[in-house]
Amino acid sequence: MTATGQENRERVRTAISSQRRPTVTVLSSLLAAQDELGYLPDGAIEEIATFTHTTINHVWGVASFFPNFRFTPPGEHVVEVCWGPTCHLGGAPRILEALQDDLGLTGEGETQDNAITLKYNTCLGACTQAPVMSADHRLTGHVTPESAKKLVADLRNGAA
Amino acid sequence: MPSYQELKTEADSRWQALESGEKPWIRVGTATCGHAAGAFQVIDALKADLADRGIDANVDEVGCLGLCYAEPLVDILKPGGSRLFLRNVTRADVPSIIESYLVNDHVPQDKVFGYLGDTAISRIPDLSKLPGMAYQERIALRNAGHIAPNDIYQYIAHDGYNALNKALFEMEPADVIKEITDSGLRGRGGAAFSTGIKWSFLVRSPGPPKYILCNCEEGDPGAYNDKGILESDPHTLIEGITIAGYATGSSNGFVFIRHGHDGPIDRTEVAIKQAYELGLLGKNILGSDFSFDVEVSLTGDSYVAGEESALMESIEGKRAMPRFRPPFPAMFGVWGKPSNINNVKTLAYAPAIISRGAEWFSSIGVNKSTGTAIICLNGQVENPGLYEVPMGLTLGQVVNDIGGGVRGGKNLKMLQTGGPLGGVLSAESMSIHLDFDEMREAGAILGSGGIIVVDEDTCAVDLTRVLVAFCQYESCGKCFPCRLGMEHLLEIIERIARCESRPGDMDLMRSVGSTMETGSLCGHGQLGFGPIRSAFQHFEADFIAHIEENRCPTGSCNGPMLTPTNTRPYATEYAAGN
Repeated sequence: MTATGQENRERVRTAISSQRRPTVTVLSSLLAAQDELGYLPDGAIEEIATFTHTTINHVWGVASFFPNFRFTPPGEHVVEVCWGPTCHLGGAPRILEALQDDLGLTGEGETQDNAITLKYNTCLGACTQAPVMSADHRLTGHVTPESAKKLVADLRNGAA
Repeated sequence: MPSYQELKTEADSRWQALESGEKPWIRVGTATCGHAAGAFQVIDALKADLADRGIDANVDEVGCLGLCYAEPLVDILKPGGSRLFLRNVTRADVPSIIESYLVNDHVPQDKVFGYLGDTAISRIPDLSKLPGMAYQERIALRNAGHIAPNDIYQYIAHDGYNALNKALFEMEPADVIKEITDSGLRGRGGAAFSTGIKWSFLVRSPGPPKYILCNCEEGDPGAYNDKGILESDPHTLIEGITIAGYATGSSNGFVFIRHGHDGPIDRTEVAIKQAYELGLLGKNILGSDFSFDVEVSLTGDSYVAGEESALMESIEGKRAMPRFRPPFPAMFGVWGKPSNINNVKTLAYAPAIISRGAEWFSSIGVNKSTGTAIICLNGQVENPGLYEVPMGLTLGQVVNDIGGGVRGGKNLKMLQTGGPLGGVLSAESMSIHLDFDEMREAGAILGSGGIIVVDEDTCAVDLTRVLVAFCQYESCGKCFPCRLGMEHLLEIIERIARCESRPGDMDLMRSVGSTMETGSLCGHGQLGFGPIRSAFQHFEADFIAHIEENRCPTGSCNGPMLTPTNTRPYATEYAAGN
């Protein structure tokens, strides 16, 4: 383990042992660890297995099931675009296309400079404001390809 | 711990001070709809501007009034007056609003939406006459948009926890179950099963522990009413789940929400904490013999986690995959203990039914669908929103009268109801009533209440493809008819959408669909063919144009086809040795 790895393990240990909800499970620990680090390195999986008295395999089994878990560091900012049916009708494909062109991506993923992670979201729950996207958990409705690109540019520049 | 009467007296005096005190009271809609429309920026601007001018006012975040199209909705109550509602307020509008209304006493005409209250504000429309308000009969959402969800006293001032107090001290658990059964309340999660009968199954199971699980997974795209209740009035749910706990002799409740939906999660957790502080949860609630604990349980992203047995797996911290049944949850639920699962909406009705009686509730609605439907009206409609209306309205009343018709004056093509596994209805369906049974007969479901309005410029193949892509992405992978079936269906519908279909594709889809229906473990696979079947039934011509004439009749299939590139389970990198 590198020094960073050791540091991450300590942060994970603290996060999973100080969960505030009474019922602690493998899943709740995975969520707590990812909330802390932004992703789940191997060390986090191992720490959770130890903490919950189960096997690394079992922890992997749960982590690999839910697509919100990731195993590599995310970009500095996370941008999610909704592709649910309501947002689809509102023009979501054009927004995704515009952002991908802008960010040099062909699907979900991180930009080369690791500034932005682009994700597709099945429904952000704000269908009445469709099409919707979220930038670091802040929702914006009625986006257009142009306003989406501007929002991402503002994120990069620290203006959003 | 204080008695209910003491709490009510305290709550009433606090409410009195808010409503008719010296200070203006400004409420801003901050449910998910308001959030996406920019409500938090508006609140920041309001607070800053008020501070700059030295105006002392109460500013509260409230939930959703239902008129989401007007968000961010700001409502200002000046002492002794009515509430003035301003619509689509932006951060930039804030200084002029405060200047004109609070400083100079002029109504800001450009933003005005209407007033609510006993005294008319001159030349301003009465909001309660607006179809979007007048048609509503709000029971579960009775406080939404009116009270601050993070203030338990505002809930108590509106008779909150009165039903729990009544149940604990004036009713036996069996009386509560009888009241709920007699009300005709049916589960609002999709299955529409009698809630009272469902509760009675749990009564007969041994315990403690016994669990009441509240399902707010709400992964349906196009549905937001469960989250809307938790964001707008979480105490209604907490009171409802505690009543369910008392009626069934349960010890614990779990409110199950998807990680990442911060609004509902945070507000529910604040509400739970407040309820404990006032002795409305925990040991010996309100001084009675009854004890009940409630906590929030989070799931990762998974639509199937909303299926009842997958939900229990997820609460236990495992992969959210459905179980084989029997045994059923009432005998063998979460951690193998007796459990009962209800949707948020279902539990949110319980306090009003206990307070006002079964007869009152069953007098609302139609046939065997009593009470209200909480409709998430969205898509290509003028006035998208969250409308709680009596069962028995026609879809035409919902879409045209409340919703203001199709956006931009276009013609209606179809309605997609009941979530992605529901079906589509054609424009001829406008006389169908909001009635669980009538809608099922028509080939669609009321389900969780989502209604997506689709205009004439959309190809049925295009929308169906997106629904199928969603169902494929969300298949949990446990049983092969669903896992492989959804993948085949997506592959075929994508090539139809691209006008590259092969002979026999429609028959192939029907065959795959019937295997899924027979062989899948849970509703996800069993109903997975539904969107295609109903689209083909009503819009055969769209499919034929793609298959036989190699063209999309509206052109809407010609856009980019983008679906998520990550897979479930996550495999690629680790299969390659990472």
